This record gives sequence, C-alpha cells and structure tokens, in this order.
Amino acid sequence: MSAPGIDKRGGFDIRDLKSLFGGGGSLKQFGILGALVAIIIIFQIWTGGKTLQPGNIINIVQQYSYILILAIGMVMVIIAGHIDLSVGSVAAFTGIIVALAMKDWNFPWWAAIILGLIVGGLIGAWQGFWVAYIGVPAFIVTLAGMLIWRGGNQFIGDSATVPVGAGFQVIGKGYLPEFGPNLGVNNLTMLLGIVVVLILIGLEVRGRRTRAVMGAASAPAWTSILRVIVLGGVVLVAAYLFATGRVGTSFPVSGIILALLVVAYSFLTNRTTVGRHIYAVGGNKHAAELSGVNSKRVNFFVMMNMSVLAALAGMIFVARSQASGPFDGTGWELDAIAAVFIGGAAVSGGIGTVAGSIIGGLVMAVLSNGLALKGISSDLVQIIKGLVLLIAVGVDVFNKSQGRPSIIGLMTRNKGGGGGQILAEERTTSQVTPGGGTPDTAVPADLKN
Amino acid sequence: METAHSAHPTILEMQSITKEFPGVKALDKVSLTVRAEEIHAICGENGAGKSTLMKVLSGVYPFGTYDGDIVYEGSVVRFRDIKQSEAAGIVIIHQELALIPELSITENIFLGNEPGRRGIINWVDAQRRAIELLARVGLDDDPDTQVKNIGVGKQQLVEIAKALNKNVKLLILDEPTAALNESDSQHLLDLIRGLKGKGISSIMISHKLNEIEQIADQITIIRDGKSIETLDVVADGVDEDRIIRGMVGRTLGNRFPEHTATIGEVFFEVRDWTVQHPLTAERQVVKNSSFTVRRGEVVGFAGLMGAGRTELAMSLFGRSYGKFISGQVFKDGEEIKLRTVAEAIGHGIAYVSEDRKSLGLNLLDTIKRSIVSAKLGKISRGIVVNELEEAQISEQYRTSLRIKTPTVEEGVTKLSGGNQQKVVLAKWMFTDPDLLILDEPTRGIDVGAKAEVYQIIRDLAARGTGIIMISSELPELLGVSDRIYTIFEGKITNELPVAQADPETLMRSMTSSSQKVVA
Repeated sequence: MSAPGIDKRGGFDIRDLKSLFGGGGSLKQFGILGALVAIIIIFQIWTGGKTLQPGNIINIVQQYSYILILAIGMVMVIIAGHIDLSVGSVAAFTGIIVALAMKDWNFPWWAAIILGLIVGGLIGAWQGFWVAYIGVPAFIVTLAGMLIWRGGNQFIGDSATVPVGAGFQVIGKGYLPEFGPNLGVNNLTMLLGIVVVLILIGLEVRGRRTRAVMGAASAPAWTSILRVIVLGGVVLVAAYLFATGRVGTSFPVSGIILALLVVAYSFLTNRTTVGRHIYAVGGNKHAAELSGVNSKRVNFFVMMNMSVLAALAGMIFVARSQASGPFDGTGWELDAIAAVFIGGAAVSGGIGTVAGSIIGGLVMAVLSNGLALKGISSDLVQIIKGLVLLIAVGVDVFNKSQGRPSIIGLMTRNKGGGGGQILAEERTTSQVTPGGGTPDTAVPADLKN
Repeated sequence: METAHSAHPTILEMQSITKEFPGVKALDKVSLTVRAEEIHAICGENGAGKSTLMKVLSGVYPFGTYDGDIVYEGSVVRFRDIKQSEAAGIVIIHQELALIPELSITENIFLGNEPGRRGIINWVDAQRRAIELLARVGLDDDPDTQVKNIGVGKQQLVEIAKALNKNVKLLILDEPTAALNESDSQHLLDLIRGLKGKGISSIMISHKLNEIEQIADQITIIRDGKSIETLDVVADGVDEDRIIRGMVGRTLGNRFPEHTATIGEVFFEVRDWTVQHPLTAERQVVKNSSFTVRRGEVVGFAGLMGAGRTELAMSLFGRSYGKFISGQVFKDGEEIKLRTVAEAIGHGIAYVSEDRKSLGLNLLDTIKRSIVSAKLGKISRGIVVNELEEAQISEQYRTSLRIKTPTVEEGVTKLSGGNQQKVVLAKWMFTDPDLLILDEPTRGIDVGAKAEVYQIIRDLAARGTGIIMISSELPELLGVSDRIYTIFEGKITNELPVAQADPETLMRSMTSSSQKVVA
C-alpha cells in the first residue's frame, strides 16, 4: 500500500516538500504561502530593503493586526456558509462605547476592555439570533447591522472623536517591555522567539510520534528537520528584526494578542467538536443535522464569535489611534473577507482555515504596505488590491474548473515523482459540489491494497 | 462476441479508449460498438468506469485528455465540450437530473436552445413545440407546470423531451430508473424502446439487471476499467446471473448471506405513530402506525415510493421529518422521548438515510472525520477531539468493512458509491446503536457491494442489534429480513414472518389497505 508522503524510490518527493508546511494542508495554502514569500521578496528588492526593516514590520503588525483578527472570525463565519458585513461598524460602535466609558464614566482601562467584549457579545447574540433562529440570511442581517452600528456609533458619539487614555493605548500601541541586561536587543522579544522555536520542535517530535503510533507513514526525517530549521529560522530572524527596532519598540502587544488568537482558534477549528461542527454545518447542513449537530447553535456561535472579535479589533484600533471616531473601521469587512478568500476558503462554505486566512491577510498587508512605501497613492493601491483579490481567486477557480493544478502545482509538477498524486488530490477537491458530482465514477475503485 | 445477423449499420465505435487520472487508470483500452436502432446496456460495478466512458463520449472530458478514437457516424470525432457532442446528436441524461425546479416544463425543455431571434424568445413557438415533444414522450401535463410540481418519473420524461428537441440520435441514460417506481420505470423503458423504432439508439447504464435483460439488445460489461465482453441478449441467451458473472468475474453463489437468526425479546416498540406533512396540515403521512423490533432481528419495511416509509423513519429519528402529532416510543419497556437527533442518538438509535450524498455525508470531509462525526463525544475529552483515536477507529472500520481506499485521510468523494455507503454504515455503527434504521441501504451500489452490505447487516443482527431495513427491492427484503411489515399510504397494512412472505403477498399489501393479516 502506498501511503502519501512516502516516495517508495527513496528519492525526492514533492509531497514531502509540501508537507514541510502544514502537513496535510491543502496545496492551495502552500500556494498562498509561496505567494506571500514572493511578494515579500519582490517588495524587499523594489523598496531597496525597506520592507523588512524592523520599523516597517512592526508597523505592518500594528497596522494590520485588527484586520487579521477579523479574518479569524470571518473564516469561521464563511466556513459555516455565511458572511458578516457588519464587522467594521461593530468595531466602531464598540470603540465609541469603550472610549466614553473611560472618559465619562471613569472606567479603568481593563474594565473598559471587558465592557467592550460584552458589547461585542451582545451585538453578536442579536445578529446570531436573527441568522440562526429566525433564518434571515446573514448577508441581510449584517447589512442591516452595518447600518445600525455605524449609525449607533455616530449617534452615541455625536459624530465626534473621543480620545482614550494611555493605559488603554497599550493594546494598540504597546510593545513588549525592556527586561534584563542590555544586550542591544529587546530581550523579551528574543526570548519569545526562542520559546516559539522550542514549541515548534516539540510539536514536530510529538507529531511524528503520534503518526508512528497510528501506524501512519511519516514523511522522511529530513523533512521534519528541514521544516524545523526553515520555520525556526524564520521565527528567529523575525524575532531579531522585531527586537532591534528603534529604542523603545519591540514586538507589539497587538501582535501578541493576534498570535494567541491564531493559536487558540486554529486549535478550536481543527481539534475540537465545536470546530468539527462548524465544518459539518458548512459542508452539508442536512447531513450535519441528521448526525445530531445542532446547526442553529453553530450558526449562533459563529455570528456571535465574529462580533466579539470585531469588538476586540475595534478596541485595538481605537487604542492605536488614541481616539474613537465616527468613521473607524470603514471598509474593514471587505479587507477581512478578501483575506479569507485569498486564503483558500470557499464561497459555498465548508472549506477554509484560520492559518490560510492569516496568510491571505498578510499578502494584502505586505502588498498595501509595500505600495505605500513606494509612494503609490491610495487610489491606485485600492485598484491593485482589488485586482489581486480577483486574480488570486480567479486563477484558482479557473485552474480547478479545468482540472489543472494551481500555479504552484504547475511549477512543481515536473520536479518530483509524487507530483501526479498532488494533481489527483486537487482534482477531487474541485469536484466537491454537494449533490452535484458523481464521485462513483471520478476515480475507479480499484485502488487495491 | 460479434453478432453477424444485425442489419443495422454501426453508429458509434469507441476504439481502445484509455483515460488516466493522475495515479489511476480509469479506462484501459475500452472498446464499445453501438449500432443504429439498438439499445446498448453498459454493466459494471460502481467504479468500473462506466460513467467515465460516457463522459469521454459526451465531451465532458474533452478530446486530448484521453487516448483512443471515437468514430461516430463513420468519421472520427473530437468533441471539445458537451455542446459539440450535442450538436452531433449525442445527448447524455445524468442520474441527477439537470432540470431547474422553479422553471416550467417548456422553459426547461428549451433551456439553452430557446427558439427565437436575437435573444428574444418566441414563446408561442416554444409552447407549440413543447406540446409536440411531450406528446412524443407520452406526457400530458400542462407545459406551463413548474418542474418541481411533477414527480421524478415525469421529470425524467421531460429530460428526454429536452433531448429530443436537440435532434438526438444517440441517447445516453445514466441510471434512468434509479429513482423511479415500478410503473414509472416501465413507462420509461417502453419509451426508450419506442424511440429505438424511430431510429434513436440508446446507451443505458443501469444496476437493475432485470430491466437490462428486458430491454437491451447488446450488453457491454466493464470491469476495473476494461471492457470484458459484449453480449447479444438474444443470441447469447443472457440472463441476470450471466451478467453478474461478467461484472464480478465470479459467480455469486448466494447473493444473500446464510444465517440463523438468534432473536431476542422485543426491546423497541412504537405505538400509534402519526405524523403530519410539514406543509399541508390535512395530510397525514404516517397514520397510527405501531410496530415492534426484537433484539437481533432484521425487520423489513416494504412499501412503494411515497408510502411513508422514509417519513416514518425520519420522524422517529429526532423528528427530522414533518410535524409530530401523536405516538409513543418504548425502549426496554420504558417510554422514551426522541425530540431531537441528539436525543435519538443518545438512546442508541441510528438512521442511515436513503440519500447518501445529500443527507448521509459531508462530501467535503475525509473518511476518518466522517466515520466519527455522529458521535464525536465518544472520542473527545471536553471539546477536544482525540485525533489519534479517530485515526485508529476509522482504520479499524476500513479493515473490518473492507472500505476500498489507500488511506482514511482520503476525501469521501473519492470513493465509489458502495464504499461511501460503507463509510456511512461505519459512521452509524460507531454510535453503538441498539436500533439501526437502514433506509434503502443498497440503493445505487453494485452487486458486489450489496452482498457485503447484507453481510454487515446480518453480522450486526447476530451481535444483538435490532435492525429496521426499508427497501424497495423485494428480493432483498425477503433475503435479509426476519420479519416484514408492509406500508401503504402511511398505514401499516400487514406483518409477516419472512417464512410466510412472498413477493405476491407483499405486493398486494403494499398496494391496498384492505387486508390486515397479523401473523
């Protein structure tokens, strides 16, 4: 029996290369990761090295962390088969309440944050109620929400800007503090990098052990080692860059919040019953219900969760800009949705990952940042971003409809023995249309042992 | 095996067709010859390559993606898409009908071929032609009727009318009678035979061997992507067993497993179960039905399409169908409430739907995730799923149910129908049911897989699981069940131990409520 990930001839197998990043992850994610690396390299060259300067990457993290946080919630909404257009308005509404709570009602900053999360939860419960229990399409509910919460922000704040205090600003503007001896770097940031590398090694070892226990074939050992070296290297270089910025700066607090959320939500979507249920409802609602899944509760949860994350994103933005304003969060929903689709989610639901969406969001972030560094005006930046979204998803859809591999697949097709298998894998994902395909016949059943 | 006495010229010759998907050879030098005015059946197990061959023929897989030649009406054709093959008179009707439910019959017939000029449709002309076409297929419904309001049998006829409108010369039918009842099937077969007399050849893929025996002139058997043989029904004296032998490459001695039932006491009982149609309040789909199931017993439910069998099962299974009116359910002597699917699963009840693709599986999922999906809690601590256990358990089912796949990480879409059905069975076996309700468990799967499914059912019964099997195939009910209930118009009309049941008795009880013979 030939297992994927193993090249029987012992030679180089492109699947091993693929398994370097994300194990069983889809080729599409790999493709997007490749695109991200390519974009970083292109801009690094084009901007004469400005892209990867410490100050700039710190800036990227601070400037896009809230979009990426939205993308985490949005991918879950989209996997479940919905959409949320209200996130920008929810963020703005929460922002003004939090700002006023601190200014007029003298809330301490931490209590204001809790209040903000509760406000987000209530808004989410309201929207989730309409989507899950009344059955109004999320597009409509959140289109209404987009108007309601935007109007709410301007009504409550009297369309004025309300400043927030320094304590609160930490979540948007703060950095890891200086700590320990002065080594010319931010020690905590470097420490964080090292811890992450150790965790990576631990996970890799554990993953291999688990696969061995399962009796499943692992990719050759060199892939594990190479993966740890590559990923660990990237982490350490990034940590070094973050640690060597302008004095007083280091890895941003908003970046830490984002990282924690990515880990937590990746776990939630991949490894928990909640996550399984979200994919199940998005993939085939009727089958999920007949398997005992309470689809209403799932829909309620994803909508509510989205608004909580939108509230958090709104607060981080307010903290960073030091004030809540009437036009905060305008157009955020589009950035978040774009990130999710560039990251490989399917419009029809059931497909998508947190990691993919983050990568998709970073593609957009690096692109916007790089264009801004080159002094390209924002009108052109918008046009370019729109085209990138269209082309990224369009190329993928077109390739799948033609039964061809994606661009990355084409590039790697002739380089390894296992290339054909990758194509086969991609072909089936393209045929996944519930109730539509005739899988009986797509591939003969004589895949004998 | 050529038959020399045929007077009709060859209309289609597929020569040595090879179609490879990366890593697998779906078709390996398959040849197929169809003459004018002939009904040519293609038989083979699921996954043998029948539909792939038809997709090559109809241009779904365009020229260049396969090897070999297609000679049609004397010249080599190279179809790049369905449009081109249709222009040449080859029309394929898929198993899942391609009609738009919200549009009228006329609109559906002319969809994509609207009569008129410069994009302005001439509806008068369309209407007139639609009536003509409907007459040809023997359908007298108003052509303005929305397609969703006519039955599946009539929808199939609309598909054929649509094909006739395209001046079809070679009609390809993929499992045309799979969803039809007896009389609709017969009507359709008669129609296909009638078309033959008018110069239209048909290629028919079907698992219903009795139909093939009845209607086909020639039969080509495909196995594992290779054309095994072509039989002339009359000259070779073909019968069902002969076809089966060709399909599986061996003789299936007994299609139904030998068994001695060890039946325990009654543990599951339903009393006066009444369910209303979800939309129409006056319609009771299930009426005062009472029945029992014993441990280790396979209870068959026989009934025609629309008799209320599926509705009965689904309404029991967490009220997944219709509106509950009245009735009680007892398990082990105590009354239980089954208000949600989760409650039903909790009480050890499992329901395997008749509609594998839209109700049984999430087609985006992998095999292993599908298998554990109905009782994730069993392998979870809190909300965290133990993926190691998931892999081990699905691996066990892969081995014990002989699911043909290289790995359980594979997507379920990659499996053939029979293997998908095994995954669904595994999914519900994983919930450790005391009562397993199987709704048409062998629909659309091939003979080999059917025999395996029967064996699985008997094995489960032998371990003490009570089983309800709903089926439209009487031989299957008689071969597997221990006791059979018949349903007609929502009522249970008869109950027979299998020893006293025969097709005629069952059919009588399935078609009238007059008699009630309780054994």
